[in-house]
Amino acid sequence: MAYYEPIIELGEAPLVQKGSTLAEVTDDIAGVTERPAPRGWWIVFGLALMFVGIFTVCVGYLFWRGVGVWGNTSPVFWAWDITNFVWWVGIGHAGTLISAILFIFRQKWRTAINRFAEAMTIFAVICALIFPGIHVGRPWLMYYVFPLPNQMTLWPNFKSPLLWDVFAVGTYFTVSLLFWYVGLIPDLATLRDRSMTKGRQMVYGFFALGWRGSNRHWRNYERAYLILAAISTPLVLSVHSVVSMDFATSVIPGWHTTIFPPYFVAGAIFSGFAMVETVLLIARTVFKLHRVVLMRHLELMNKFILFTSLLVGYAYSMEFFIAWYSGNRYEMAHFLHNRPAGPYWWAWVWMMVPNTLIPQLYWSKKMRTSIPVMFVVSIFVNIGMWFERFVIIVLSLNRDFLPSSWGYYRPTIIDVGTFTGTIGIFFAAFLLFMRWLPMVAMAEVKGTMPQADPHHGHRGKHAPHSEPIAAKGTLATEGAE
Amino acid sequence: MEEAKATERKIAPTVILAEFEDAGAALHAAEKVRDAGYSRWDTHTPFPIHGMDAAMGMKDSRLGWIVIACALTGLTGAFTMMHWMNGIDYVTVVGDKPPGAPGTIPSMVPIMFELTILLSAFGAVLGMFGLNQLPRHNHPVFASDRFRAASIDRYFISIEAEDPKFDVKATREFLEGIHAAHVEVVEEEVE
Repeated sequence: MAYYEPIIELGEAPLVQKGSTLAEVTDDIAGVTERPAPRGWWIVFGLALMFVGIFTVCVGYLFWRGVGVWGNTSPVFWAWDITNFVWWVGIGHAGTLISAILFIFRQKWRTAINRFAEAMTIFAVICALIFPGIHVGRPWLMYYVFPLPNQMTLWPNFKSPLLWDVFAVGTYFTVSLLFWYVGLIPDLATLRDRSMTKGRQMVYGFFALGWRGSNRHWRNYERAYLILAAISTPLVLSVHSVVSMDFATSVIPGWHTTIFPPYFVAGAIFSGFAMVETVLLIARTVFKLHRVVLMRHLELMNKFILFTSLLVGYAYSMEFFIAWYSGNRYEMAHFLHNRPAGPYWWAWVWMMVPNTLIPQLYWSKKMRTSIPVMFVVSIFVNIGMWFERFVIIVLSLNRDFLPSSWGYYRPTIIDVGTFTGTIGIFFAAFLLFMRWLPMVAMAEVKGTMPQADPHHGHRGKHAPHSEPIAAKGTLATEGAE
Repeated sequence: MEEAKATERKIAPTVILAEFEDAGAALHAAEKVRDAGYSRWDTHTPFPIHGMDAAMGMKDSRLGWIVIACALTGLTGAFTMMHWMNGIDYVTVVGDKPPGAPGTIPSMVPIMFELTILLSAFGAVLGMFGLNQLPRHNHPVFASDRFRAASIDRYFISIEAEDPKFDVKATREFLEGIHAAHVEVVEEEVE
């Protein structure tokens, strides 16, 4: 990653607050892991652990009694479990978009938020993977999904989209974890080198693998990073496409739709950016990361939210149009009647308003640069996108072809506890990450700063460095140029 | 002298570290070390510096070859696995597509794609570790306290004692001559 030179004539500004030194950036980020946790951290962590406890109780009860403790029943056999799965997987997508796709497109502003977003991906995918794991009824037989020899001498059916999903989400999780770890190695070395206690030095040193910033290493490291970004780009587009095929390959009105793969990917990025923003705004305030996470980064994220909101809104409208245009009475009954005017009309409203209307506020620069506004909007989008999956799953199942088999789904308290429990798991993991790992990619941020330019301050000059310590005063005043 | 060799350990230099305070100085110094004909040397920087590969006279990374081999293994391995499991060992006919028919291929695409990516990712990460000879938790440069700043805001050039051109005095003077802000001879006990 080369240094970033803003084009002043176009109104561009540096990515890191002007005049910051490399040491200050390191202090800001690494310091968070070295100081005692602020009181706010303990409060939120305690709260998160409480929800982890609720999750444990709910899942324990589920394993003891069976899936009957959930509200799922005929005709709605997929309900909150799969809604939560799709919601969590989708949230992960923004992380990969930021770390891989924006890297390929040389969007250097991503360095401020990519570590954060990648961590979010990993924790979100962990939460997602819980649901397919526990919804199978006999979780101890979950290994049937893997191509392992078993006592029935049966192999999995590779023509099933559900199995594609196992491979897609499994690969996604593994690749995200590898990508995240590779990015962490130079920063773990920084933490190792700053450590004041033997314990920290041992632990960070172990995971830093003896990184010594060697240029012979950077050469292969940068190539590995580029390759990981290049293969993660099609991967992230494939994951939610495959998730959408769980639905799209069936014949249920509301699911049997060719628009699903791109629509799911757009929705995933939309909800993911909202979740990154929710968490980032909290962390930025609690840990005072204003030097690195600038308003500019937040504004760019809001533009992404606005753009993907339009894509999602387009998909919603297209579903309506195609339902009418197809002339298929079941499609029309579902999209034109059951969704907006059926028993779950309120869920449909919760999908439409936060996802398509509320982000339109971001057409105004004032709105997309206001911290309170973006915090509230991001929460609305998170809720709206959960309802989108609820609408797709439950509303398609509760009224299918035969009116005699129609039903109404109600979640139980165990459903609610399990879902809110995974939010607890997500935040608990995230808080531990913020406390113990550098939450901004220090090496990458430094690489975009003016100091990373070997010709900085010497442009147009041919004279070699005549003074040994030419840079002594320069570091501090560089930003002012 | 012989007595000392036999009874107690002797201290020998392992590496000389030259410290620089900005990226440009390190880059230009690296060019001079390259031109002076050293071979066992390296630069250590908190982030990769643009142009350093050329300044050190290094060739392009070979990692891509490792990754493409892994990618092809994943692609063909996935196809072979699915075809053998569903088409040969335990025939599973879905959608009236007999084993081996071209119609079975589209349903194999997602998993072939995913395994291609999975193996490429492992190839990229483990291949990078292999080429870099990491993990290596012990290295002569870590004996220097000043070297801790190499991961924060300082730029180092290291020349190892194993370099054929290495000579404590001459190399030290050479590094001082190319405007290093600080030069340190790192010594270690040897048997």
